[in-house]
Amino acid sequence: MDSAVISLLGAFLLSIIGLFVFIWSLRQGLLVENPTAASVIFARGEVGRVDDPALREEGQRSLQQAAHPEPLPATDAGDLQARVRADQSTAFPVFMFAAFACFWLLLGSTAGLTASIKLHTPDWLVQQPWLTFGRIRTVHLQAVLYGWITNAALGMILWVLPRLLRTHLHGAVWTLLGGALINTGIAAGIGAIAAGWSDGMEYLEIPWQAGLFIVAGFVLIILPVLFTLVNRKAEHLYVSAWYMVAGLLWITLLYLVAKLPGVHTGVQQATMNWWFGHNVLGLWFTPVSVGAIYYFLPKIIGRPVRSYNLSILGFWTLAFFYGQVGGHHLIGGPVPGWLVTLSIVQSLMMVIPVVAFSINMGLTLQGRMHLARWSPTLRFMMFGGLMYFASSLQGSMEALRSVNAVTHFTHYTVGHAHLGAYGFVSMVLFGAIYFMMPRVLNWEWPFPRLITLHFWLSAIGIGTYFTSLTIGGWLQGLAMLDPARAFMESVTLTIPYLQWRSIGGGLLLLAHLVFVGHFMAMALRFGPMRTGAALFGARQPLEPAYGK
Amino acid sequence: MENEIKLAAGAMVALGVATAALVVLPYVQARDITPPAKLKPYTDAQMRGRAVYIANGCVYCHSQQPRDRGLGPDLQRGWGRASVPGDYYYDKPHLLGSMRTGPDLFNIGARQPSKDWHLGHLYQPRAYVPDSIMPAYPYLFRIKDAEEARREGDQPITLPPGYGPRIDQVVVPTPEALDLVKYLQGLNHTYPVLPAPAAR
Repeated sequence: MDSAVISLLGAFLLSIIGLFVFIWSLRQGLLVENPTAASVIFARGEVGRVDDPALREEGQRSLQQAAHPEPLPATDAGDLQARVRADQSTAFPVFMFAAFACFWLLLGSTAGLTASIKLHTPDWLVQQPWLTFGRIRTVHLQAVLYGWITNAALGMILWVLPRLLRTHLHGAVWTLLGGALINTGIAAGIGAIAAGWSDGMEYLEIPWQAGLFIVAGFVLIILPVLFTLVNRKAEHLYVSAWYMVAGLLWITLLYLVAKLPGVHTGVQQATMNWWFGHNVLGLWFTPVSVGAIYYFLPKIIGRPVRSYNLSILGFWTLAFFYGQVGGHHLIGGPVPGWLVTLSIVQSLMMVIPVVAFSINMGLTLQGRMHLARWSPTLRFMMFGGLMYFASSLQGSMEALRSVNAVTHFTHYTVGHAHLGAYGFVSMVLFGAIYFMMPRVLNWEWPFPRLITLHFWLSAIGIGTYFTSLTIGGWLQGLAMLDPARAFMESVTLTIPYLQWRSIGGGLLLLAHLVFVGHFMAMALRFGPMRTGAALFGARQPLEPAYGK
Repeated sequence: MENEIKLAAGAMVALGVATAALVVLPYVQARDITPPAKLKPYTDAQMRGRAVYIANGCVYCHSQQPRDRGLGPDLQRGWGRASVPGDYYYDKPHLLGSMRTGPDLFNIGARQPSKDWHLGHLYQPRAYVPDSIMPAYPYLFRIKDAEEARREGDQPITLPPGYGPRIDQVVVPTPEALDLVKYLQGLNHTYPVLPAPAAR
């Protein structure tokens, strides 16, 4: 049968099935607003109380004063103890993942800045093969995507899930082993790439032999997570848990299918490549970071998300649309027309989850935005959420044929990728780490001003980076589309923008030095005596041992 | 939602649909693809050269997929007709690329057949294209005393004046450089494909 007919028929059948699922869900009452479900992240009596462990006691008090000046009833001590126990059970794995993440972040951003400078200074550091642009750029990509983001995301998932499920992390030791395997695979893969051994596909460069370690590591992490999930004590499964558990399942399967040796070749391999390449962002980084915002943001401001149903809509539309957008990277390429059309349509459909999320967060934050003045973690979360909105809408526009004709093959795409991976995902992860670490190490951040410094260096850095590449890339694309202009014009005109990109990248590296330095200072117990992370302004006595 | 089974099942269905559309269906279609009559498999030297191309990440700046007239002036720039799936029959991994920091290379062998040009350009791109931002690849070459090179029977490359080493020295390509140039010279997809490359 003709593939066009197959795809039309498939789309029709899917719509019919979707319609019936919708009618069924209406009859089940699944679309009735459920305020209890939105409040499960709070202990009894906790709503109204702000929570930002990155703040010291006086900071927490000002934050509380600004958010909810009237006195609140006492918070249920049993609920809080359950949370403390959950935190204790995850402390060591979370610390390990965060430490790995910090290491890869520094390595990855140094490599990235090197690659960036090389683009406008092409005779700099050319004697060593491992420093050549094509390799150091790839080292940067692997180190930040798999090293930094994935490690930080795994740490965050392991910390948040037991809290949401009101139980301790079952099988924590297996997650330690999994983390060791994943990082072995990343280190081996990055070493291989620097030495010139690469599988040769974007986002999939790590040789599959090293990829085996990564897959095995993911399996060792997902099993304890699923075991914790089925042994949960919480009645309701909060939306963050869906995003995080689904994201873990997705990345494991994505990586496994993409790395199957000997299956993919030729043009089919190209479609598989972009199915994976886009789904790493869409079905791993995005759900994990969105899940994080759904947990941390309401928690910091002490107010449940406004519409629980919108969060459900966001989850399922993301799951069903995002998976199929990868083909828009092959617009105009030698691939079947139906595939490209499908991906363009799904890219535009992505407006639904993005707008659902943004409206929901906007409503939740209504009247509380000023709290960002006090709370550093809220600042990171709000910035990340806003960039999710911006980068996803930009991505949907880029999938349009008319826009894609200009932006494809240019630095514009690189700017867009950084807006998503840095402006959105990394900023959320920074915020999460600032929130988690005081509870993990039982020690407050020694130099709170460094958090503010980090935020502004990162925000200005990514702003510079994004603006320069967006303008430069667009002009580059226009030059390439004009047959009257020589190709070299599209190269020379980008140089000043590439230099600005290096300046932005330099600011980001500086931000990371501040962040990692602060992290190490905290881990090594530097700074003024700051034992016991503030919990609702007053320090809570901890139960001495983990386990029952 | 209360049920972890529904969550996992729904997540798997979503991924399954995406995988069916972007991986399985293309896989089924790709089985019907045949190579165009005039497309030759890579020689051993070209395969080794392709490995050098992959190892050094040339794909991050150079695409290998000229586009249709409706999508840009690729044809006018001399990059060739729009590529078709059959053109990539022997490619593993695919090197379609997603950037054009440098020009498309799908037909570089036809556009620039000279071995000397390629070797010299790899050694120092700015000797040939003054504003080029392509990295130089000195590590694909050895600098030797002219006397020694003559004794050992090496074939030094010729460079535009002012770009070579000291007067009594020469630049000798490594086997990797020679293989890479063989691969680049072989990138020639100017043969006609019939029937016309219609979008399926």
